[in-house]
Amino acid sequence: MTATETGIPVDDVRSFKADGKPPLYEARNRVYPKDVKGPLRRFKWIILIVLLGIYYTVPWLRWDREPGMPDQAVLIDLPARRAYFFFIEIWPHEVYYITGLLVFGAVGLFLATSLLGRVWCGYACPQTVWTDLFMWVERKIEGDRNARIRLDKKPLSRNKVIKKVLKHGAWILIGIFTGGAWILYFNDAPTVLPQLLTGEASLAIYGFVGLFAATTYTLAGWAREQLCTYMCPWPRFQAAMFDENTLVVTYEDWRGEPRGRHRQGQSWEGRGDCVDCRQCVTVCPTGIDIRDGNQLECIGCGLCIDACNAVMEKVGRPRDLIMFDTTLNQINRAESKELSYKLLRPRTLIYASIMALAAAVMIGTLITRPSLHVNVLHDRSPLFIPMSDGSIRNGYTLKISNMRNPARAFDVSIEGIADARLDVSGQTTGTGTNARLQVGQDDVATYRVFVTVPRDDVASESTDLVFIVEAPWSGETTRYKTVFRGPDK
Amino acid sequence: MPTKIEKDSVTGIETTGHEWDGIKELNRPLPKWWLYVLYATIVWALVYYILYPSIPGLSGYTGGVLGYNSREAVVTDIAAARSAQAEFLNRIDAVSPEEVRAEQALFNFAMAGGRTAFADNCAPCHGSGAAGAVGYPSLVDDSWIWGGSLDDIHQTLLYGIRADNDETRSSEMPAFGALEILSREQINDVAEYVLSLSGREEDAEAAGAGAEIFAEQCTACHGEAGEGMAELGAPNLSDPIWLYGGEKADIVESIRNSRAGMMPAWVNRLDGPTIKMLTVYVHALGGGQ
Ligand code: SF4
Ligand code: SF4
Repeated sequence: MTATETGIPVDDVRSFKADGKPPLYEARNRVYPKDVKGPLRRFKWIILIVLLGIYYTVPWLRWDREPGMPDQAVLIDLPARRAYFFFIEIWPHEVYYITGLLVFGAVGLFLATSLLGRVWCGYACPQTVWTDLFMWVERKIEGDRNARIRLDKKPLSRNKVIKKVLKHGAWILIGIFTGGAWILYFNDAPTVLPQLLTGEASLAIYGFVGLFAATTYTLAGWAREQLCTYMCPWPRFQAAMFDENTLVVTYEDWRGEPRGRHRQGQSWEGRGDCVDCRQCVTVCPTGIDIRDGNQLECIGCGLCIDACNAVMEKVGRPRDLIMFDTTLNQINRAESKELSYKLLRPRTLIYASIMALAAAVMIGTLITRPSLHVNVLHDRSPLFIPMSDGSIRNGYTLKISNMRNPARAFDVSIEGIADARLDVSGQTTGTGTNARLQVGQDDVATYRVFVTVPRDDVASESTDLVFIVEAPWSGETTRYKTVFRGPDK
Repeated sequence: MPTKIEKDSVTGIETTGHEWDGIKELNRPLPKWWLYVLYATIVWALVYYILYPSIPGLSGYTGGVLGYNSREAVVTDIAAARSAQAEFLNRIDAVSPEEVRAEQALFNFAMAGGRTAFADNCAPCHGSGAAGAVGYPSLVDDSWIWGGSLDDIHQTLLYGIRADNDETRSSEMPAFGALEILSREQINDVAEYVLSLSGREEDAEAAGAGAEIFAEQCTACHGEAGEGMAELGAPNLSDPIWLYGGEKADIVESIRNSRAGMMPAWVNRLDGPTIKMLTVYVHALGGGQ
């Protein structure tokens, strides 16, 4: 049985050579997506404008912080090791918030996918957004599908060179804008933009702009659907989130088949609604035929829906031959049964509750987090020091992070061992059982401290010891449990 | 590899021979650009071979047309780092350890430099945390044989103890047993007395007898109450810190044969600023007076 006999398009077996052996590597099958109009396409434009709008404006939002702090609302300040997000300030020891965000985002993606299929891929993925933008530019310069195919087939001419140069020039420009905006999230935007333009920014900054410009240009200009089909891991396991109640782009083959050309006035009796115009294929950005069923390459963008609806209107058949539908309802429709939409299913409920949990944990820790963070490191070598009066001394490195403005002094004391004395290296005052230590604004201060205990009070090799750091004006305290080491009795 | 080449009956495409639940995997080729990326990496490697030193031979290696040499690059980097440090080192060279300690910027620099120099030169004997060992004093406690002020430490570091240098400091405790100054029994008595100085003894009678011998032989250096004398490098015998061990056998051994630990004179090996940084660092370890 040959491929054509089975009704499977020859397209699919094109990888055969004359000798019948498949070649080792497949030449790229160029996709020339056709422009399409319709509600989903319009929705996609709106999403694109909103997302790019957010991307380009966020670095310019200002947020009033105390003097001496950056006033950019969203800023990742790598040299200072701080991240700012409006009223939230993240310190290096709090990067677990990123873990929380990632968990929240990943499960959110699972939830959206199990409800609505690959909406992320079709509408919100940066690869999709920038590719869409690049295709728009391409269409403006080289024309729509047919014009582009013709242009690529033509030998090099002045006109062709001009068009190609224009297109790639525009793409590179967009790439530079993309990379340039990325930099603004890591630097003060109003400072770094003029520097960028006047050539005064650092080489590292230009390097990163270049890097992001180059990746945008290659990924959105050249790689396009190849990224989704061959490089992205997500299509490989997104099917695990699908079930018969997931809304996916479907070709309703119970209604479309058998397909075939249709002349005006001909009867629709005994044939399907699909007129085999292949509009759904020509508009598809990944170049596939949705009539073959749900497949890995389909990013769920719904452009084929707009295309087919236009055709259906023209030939006077009902819309939605291709539509967002669940597998279950596709069967129900075929059998004229009642439709059912089940949003609440064990899988979606589990995803939603994991999201709620992640959000609750993050908000909870964010609200209750102290403005003061303490870290105590016990000396490892030597573990303890016998002193000339017989007492035992331990050395510690005490780090106090003052996560607020202004500079403040904190009271440090110890608890857990009777008669323990606290000394701070390099401090003449404040030794005894507690000390008052100064920490600069939005800063971490490191102190060497010694705890000395009379020999008789050292009960064992290792005794629990608690460092208490208190903010005297608010009474806020942070306790840090460590140990006091002594000789084996 | 499949043992039998099999074609899928529907598409006519060769299968890989893998089967899951009755579904056979078709042998579909990779995209071409994937292959081009592989070629590009090979070309990249070849370019690298040509530009940079690469292929080793029996008597050397291909130099590469760029003339790059990692050894030279390191030398340049080190020279650059040195000249960046020069300002601090020159200032440290010009002032006393006291003044280094007093100025925050110099102090920070000295602590960093001192830490490295300590790890390279001092840690083998005194331990990485300066806790010392038997025969090698701890530098983190408050007991100093030759004094623990900045100047004392600086002096010790420069010229060492019993070292090969004219200005070195040394003290000589007689080997009371080997030189037959004291008898076995007398040594035992003194040892008991020495134990009593830090509140331990087993034989009060022997300690009583030892007290007299101590007053005769030892107080000149170790003081009336065995409190030691830093000027002479005589250790304090009344605290619980012992350089050569505080058990009776250790003490008897010290009296009988004496001990004479040696610390090198670092002025012979290290430059002035490094020794000053070491001084400040050791002083700040926690025991400095
Ligand atoms: S098949 Fe339709 S929904 Fe899927 S990628 Fe193509 S156009 Fe988009
Ligand atoms: S656009 Fe609609 S009618 Fe045309 S081929 Fe596709 S499914 Fe058939």
